[in-house]
Amino acid sequence: MFDATRARRPDLPNAPGVGYKPQHFANILEAPAPVEWLEIHAENYMGQGGRPLAQLRHLSERFPVSVHGVGLSIGGEGALDSEHLARLKTLCDWLSPASFSEHLAWSSHENAFLNDLLPLPYTNATLERVADHIDQVQDVLGRQMLLENPSSYLAFRESTMRETEFLGALAQRTGCGLLLDVNNVFVSATNLQLDARAYIDDFPLECVGEIHLGGHDEDMDDHGAPLLIDSHGREVADPVWALLEYTLARSGPRPLLIEWDTDVPDWPTLAAEAQRGARALAHTP
Amino acid sequence: MRSAQSQFRTALFDPDIAVPRGLLDGLDRPAGKRFDVYRNNVVMSLKEALSHSFPVIEKLLGIHNFSSLAGLYVREHPPADPRMMLYGAEFPAYLEGFKPLAHLSYLGDVARLELAQRRSYHARDATPIDPAVFSTLPPKVLARAQVHFVPAVHTLRSLWPILDIWHFNMTDGAPKPAARAQDVLIARQEFDPSMHALPVGGADLIEALRAGTLLGDALENIEQIHPDFDFPSLLGLLLQTGAIGTVTPINDQKD
Repeated sequence: MFDATRARRPDLPNAPGVGYKPQHFANILEAPAPVEWLEIHAENYMGQGGRPLAQLRHLSERFPVSVHGVGLSIGGEGALDSEHLARLKTLCDWLSPASFSEHLAWSSHENAFLNDLLPLPYTNATLERVADHIDQVQDVLGRQMLLENPSSYLAFRESTMRETEFLGALAQRTGCGLLLDVNNVFVSATNLQLDARAYIDDFPLECVGEIHLGGHDEDMDDHGAPLLIDSHGREVADPVWALLEYTLARSGPRPLLIEWDTDVPDWPTLAAEAQRGARALAHTP
Repeated sequence: MRSAQSQFRTALFDPDIAVPRGLLDGLDRPAGKRFDVYRNNVVMSLKEALSHSFPVIEKLLGIHNFSSLAGLYVREHPPADPRMMLYGAEFPAYLEGFKPLAHLSYLGDVARLELAQRRSYHARDATPIDPAVFSTLPPKVLARAQVHFVPAVHTLRSLWPILDIWHFNMTDGAPKPAARAQDVLIARQEFDPSMHALPVGGADLIEALRAGTLLGDALENIEQIHPDFDFPSLLGLLLQTGAIGTVTPINDQKD
């Protein structure tokens, strides 16, 4: 188990942050409010130099930065890609980010990277494997990581545990923290006909080091039932804001990230979403 | 038996394969169309990455044709690792081997140009040599020196006017390309790569220098093949674009 006492404690502020997009570089330097911290996708900063790393160096001097990996395939059947893990270590050693997080998902298989967060069943066997992978990540990086709950479009017949149970067991076994994506909770609950508030009630909120919020799209399945897609391409939906308030009332304030990755809006639109997040945090007891 | 993720992966890339068993909706019915969300995410995101990386190829083929071709490519050549900035390394050769496009023989080299630009963009930072310092080096020293280029420098040789084709598609008012061979230098002064047509023999000289040939020897070889080779103007281009990193005099002559 990871010894949290030798780790740098996460020091993202309990304030709004946004997923960093290069087109907002000048806006962020000129007038970042209400945004107080930034999150980057690790894999976009694995080049050797040039503008991406120069901008990141500049921003990291002004803002706490969260490194969010989207390609480690922690839920993969095979061994972790040690070269990719080494690249994450290089980035984290260079940047000393306030937080490092990854997903409860798989994305690589047999030397192919599939560029999506794919689902896994929740069983004792997968728990064992994912826990080993998290141990390895925390050992190599020498820091605690946060693990994010996925958005689900389907379930596995072989699952024997609820997702909240699975995440709680991982946190307990590995000492990792959790990243609670409230939009993912809403998407999964709608898609799998579960109760989103019951999910929050079951979630080990004391382990949550960061909260994500993003927009989703609406579709329908074969039976005409709603099928929500976690697209990160629009404003956060009103019921997701309501679920956030429900969550914050139980968790207390947490670092709150707005994710907007496709059809990226202009800065004022994104800042307005962050402002809404700031209000939610201000109303948190 | 193949593992669950192997079956999942195979079905992701082939919509004609049945959805893997054991995948359900919230009421324990077969997942059906829900699996298509993952199929879409994977294929669309990889196709978008290709389209983002090869905008000129997309213009040359048209969005619809590019999308069909990209759909084939991403299934045959998924990324080898999560660094999407590197994705598409096999795309130029794939274009050249794609029979229905055999009449567009220049596509491969145009794709290589786009790939090289992206590599230059992400290359390691390096300080170029100060042209003033360079000009103080005596000709005798220069002749017996190795010239090292900064990491963002790439050269491409083509039987096609690849730089003119690039500009015709990306620069307003650029003239229609005329049939000719064209070699290209890609350099990066701060963050944005720039592309320059190289004079005949220029790419040969740069490649010889990169292989460690002394400047004097490399020049002699080029001038034998191209007696009119204009070294001063090539040198001007290399210095002006910050392409040269260091010059190392080699003292291997015995007194």
